[in-house]
Amino acid sequence: MRHRSVRGRLAHATGLAILAFITIFPLYTVIVSSLKPLGDVRGEFHWIPSNLTLQPYIDIWKTVPLAHYFVNSLIVAVCATVASVTLAIFAAYAISRYRFKGRTAFNITVLSTQMFPGILFLLPLFVIFVNLEKSFGITLYGTYVGLIITYLTFSLPFSIWMLVGYFNSIPRELEESAMTEGATPLQALFRILIPVSMPGIAAVAIYSFITAWGEVLFASVLTTDETRTLAIGLRNYSSQTNVYWNQLMAAAIVVSAPVVIAFLAAQRLIVSGLTAGGVK
Amino acid sequence: MTAVREPVARPEEARARRRQPLLSRRRLPYVLIAPAILFELLIHVIPLLSGVGISFLGLTQFFIRNWTQAPFAGLGNYRRALDFGGPIGEGLLHSFLITAAFTVIVVALAWGMGMLAAQLVNSEFRGQRWFRTLFLVPYAAPVYVSVIAWSFLLDRDNGALNKLLGDLHLIGDEPPFWLIGTNAFWAIVMTTVWRLWPFAFLMILAGMQSIPKELYEAAEVDGASPWRRWRHITLPLLRPVTGVLMIILFLWTFNEFNTAYVLFGPAPPSSADLLSLHIYVNSFVNLNFGLGSAMSVLLLVFLLLVTVVYIRVFRVGSDRLAA
Amino acid sequence: MSFPSRIIRASAAGALAAVVFAVAACGGDDSSSESSGKLKGATINYWASNQGATIDQDNQVISEAAARFKKETGVTVKHKVIPWSDLFTNITTATTSGKGPDVLNIGNTWSATLQATGAFVPFEGDDLKAVGGKEKFLQTSFAASGAPGEEPTSVPLYGLSYGLFYNKKLFKEAGLQPPKTWSEFVDTAKQLTKDTDGDGKPDQWGFAMEGGSITENAHFAFILGRQNGGELFDGNKPTFDTPEIVQGVSDYVNLIGRDKVADPGNAQYADGTRTANQFAKGKTGMFIYQNNAENNLKAAGMEKSAYGVAEVPVKDGSDTPIMTHVAGINLSVFANTKKKAAALEWVKFLTSPEEQVQLNQSFGSLPVVKQAQSDPAFATPNLKTFNGILAENAEPMPLIPEEGQMETFIGEALKGLISDSATKGAVSDAEVEAALKSANEKMAAASGG
Repeated sequence: MRHRSVRGRLAHATGLAILAFITIFPLYTVIVSSLKPLGDVRGEFHWIPSNLTLQPYIDIWKTVPLAHYFVNSLIVAVCATVASVTLAIFAAYAISRYRFKGRTAFNITVLSTQMFPGILFLLPLFVIFVNLEKSFGITLYGTYVGLIITYLTFSLPFSIWMLVGYFNSIPRELEESAMTEGATPLQALFRILIPVSMPGIAAVAIYSFITAWGEVLFASVLTTDETRTLAIGLRNYSSQTNVYWNQLMAAAIVVSAPVVIAFLAAQRLIVSGLTAGGVK
Repeated sequence: MTAVREPVARPEEARARRRQPLLSRRRLPYVLIAPAILFELLIHVIPLLSGVGISFLGLTQFFIRNWTQAPFAGLGNYRRALDFGGPIGEGLLHSFLITAAFTVIVVALAWGMGMLAAQLVNSEFRGQRWFRTLFLVPYAAPVYVSVIAWSFLLDRDNGALNKLLGDLHLIGDEPPFWLIGTNAFWAIVMTTVWRLWPFAFLMILAGMQSIPKELYEAAEVDGASPWRRWRHITLPLLRPVTGVLMIILFLWTFNEFNTAYVLFGPAPPSSADLLSLHIYVNSFVNLNFGLGSAMSVLLLVFLLLVTVVYIRVFRVGSDRLAA
Repeated sequence: MSFPSRIIRASAAGALAAVVFAVAACGGDDSSSESSGKLKGATINYWASNQGATIDQDNQVISEAAARFKKETGVTVKHKVIPWSDLFTNITTATTSGKGPDVLNIGNTWSATLQATGAFVPFEGDDLKAVGGKEKFLQTSFAASGAPGEEPTSVPLYGLSYGLFYNKKLFKEAGLQPPKTWSEFVDTAKQLTKDTDGDGKPDQWGFAMEGGSITENAHFAFILGRQNGGELFDGNKPTFDTPEIVQGVSDYVNLIGRDKVADPGNAQYADGTRTANQFAKGKTGMFIYQNNAENNLKAAGMEKSAYGVAEVPVKDGSDTPIMTHVAGINLSVFANTKKKAAALEWVKFLTSPEEQVQLNQSFGSLPVVKQAQSDPAFATPNLKTFNGILAENAEPMPLIPEEGQMETFIGEALKGLISDSATKGAVSDAEVEAALKSANEKMAAASGG
């Protein structure tokens, strides 16, 4: 890496360029379309807009209550992520470091939930929520809580599996040496395993967040006007009479920008692993 | 297994130790997974089992109001789904084959691109951070938006893709259709890969962080080429992570719904008739939940088989490294 | 990986418990409690559909109507506007769980399907009287509110009808009149299809169609099939592949591939807005769409004076000049509602002549109540044409519980044929028959189940 040959450097740059192009091409289309008036967007595609306008960025807030939906999505996604990652860490720790009865059954069950088309969970889940309301007075329909619980569970199986894999790749000696010095298992988890596993945890957190951020089907039936999330709110740019493409693209950018910025911050966590991993 | 320094316990200490049952070694794993179990039961397991139960009922629009009154259909739904000579079975088989081809191609591409990108980005160079973030951007956009953007791109006359191909002189006078006909298959492949590969990239990159740099440096000193380094250090040490990643990518892609639904709605072109959408149409459009559930159970059984075989063959999740 | 038998037994018990639990209060059969005697102070929930240019506009229109209603009766209406992409699914979850609104909009082609669920109040006897009685409604619209021979579980709210939109300028330039028969129609379209910028390819088209939309396709199969004397069903048996239907469908799909009067790109149009948008650009001679396309044209900036509306062309020598199916939006009341009297009152209010004038004007739809039809607001030449078509040349789509499946099977068959027409050229009658036969088999299998 330090002694890379010219050929190596060229190959490296070419690889990056190709991947960057593939990534950027649709993004560019979105950006450019968000700056055109609606008539232009519906017409033939031009690389450089002939009529540049920022009007879509103003209109998006009126056509659809974007700010409101954004806040809703943020609340739901952040809470679901925190909860999911926490539960996943605990569960993964148990599976990775302990052999207990029911471990295999739990693994299989959790994995098998990924084999069922998500759409078929919808009706029974809705019925369960309604039942809970009738029997215990816990309202889950139309609340943040209902959505948070749903999303955290959606991302749980993969998060657990991923973290199990990650924990498995970290030698036990680290924790065992700490525990011989009197630390409890939980302390070993928090003080040793988690810091070293930061890349995996950060990756899983990103995954949980994105899952909650973009989910459409369950949000369409579990939310009311107050709790509606972005994922379905964005569809309102497409109505009976018109698809406001330019506004939709502008809203897409406005909505994704904070997430991208958060990624910029989070990715430090992904690569910070080695600073704590000097033990290896 | 506790350390050697156990002195003679005084009665109070002994009692104090006995009074910590909740977090004892024995119970700890159960306590740790209890919350996960609770939520899984509520949101995943019970609905899944309901789905299995429904597959044995003739649950159509006449009975969705009151499932208990739906007639027991035994294996009727399964028979219709598996009768490949009949219209329903034929449609299911076709959809299955399309989905299988789709999944294999998409997972291969996503994994390949993810691995390539992680490898490229994992070394020190200027702008490293920006590339890492750039590659994650497709993942940051809500699914609906990325797919809608692609549907916009793929329009034959006004889409950017044909404009690009035309400007590069890769297509002639007649721009191809992407949203109808056989090309629709490639349309969903492109759209899904674009959304999915950053995820693979993210997971692989995270996995790479636990590989000590010293191993690479030692190998370099020994004269190993980048390819050999990758083949003999990176790949094996990433196994715990990529093992899980592959099967998960496979399962998710097989069950992929959003892409096809947002691109094509409830009537996709035959070359893009993904299984998940096929089942959705049978359940939520045709209101034949019994049949839709039977198809889902068949799908579940198939994927379970694949997973079991995969785990056996590749011994994923084994504790070799942690032993 | 051996499974202890304990686990198997536990799973079986779990499965049983799960189904029982999930089913337990499913259908939530609180027998619909009688309304409280007093209406004043009650609150009802209403799900409106997206009829206007934006959800926001719908919200406004309904809010204003609700305000008027509250003033009159003291009942508060809490409404929610649901986009079409979600409405049917939301109705399904509401029906299954028992938790839903009190009053809701439905697409009227869904009426027989939703009727079969038994989840909605049948409009008969006192309940029918409570909303103003049967006679006040336009008979064709009312006939499409449920399966024949059974009490309807919905009443009409907004009327819609197909019509032939034509570009006045292009017609005048070419010296053409709106065609009355199908052969005239194809001829007219051919004359209007030309290459205006000299690049060898047509850029002005005679006709535009929403070829990727299964609902549009299903409607045209019905309309054109009926024009040729065919029926989609013979009793309970589907007859999609009879020669008459095949003829109608062939005529339609070949507009792209054989007659070449429509842009092959139309095969991609599926979101319900692109045909109108193409027409609004001024480079298309005609399109056939429901009257709310006028909203689209307005939103796209086309002046009302730039286009006209004529009757839909009818197959030469046809005995069944059907120009549209009975299209529109209906109102239903959930059987579980605890506020039945208030709900029925709201239904009555929305279908009162004054409100019909207000609402249909806002949404560009047609009144379904006889008294409202004579209002000057609907006396424009275009609306008069639509009204006439709805009253005289309309028939309901088959009123069967499997209507949704029918639309899917027929719609996707046509979508495939149009796709072939766009990519390969003329589609033969044999190919049309094969596609419709396959749809027929699927339909037979579906209704047999």
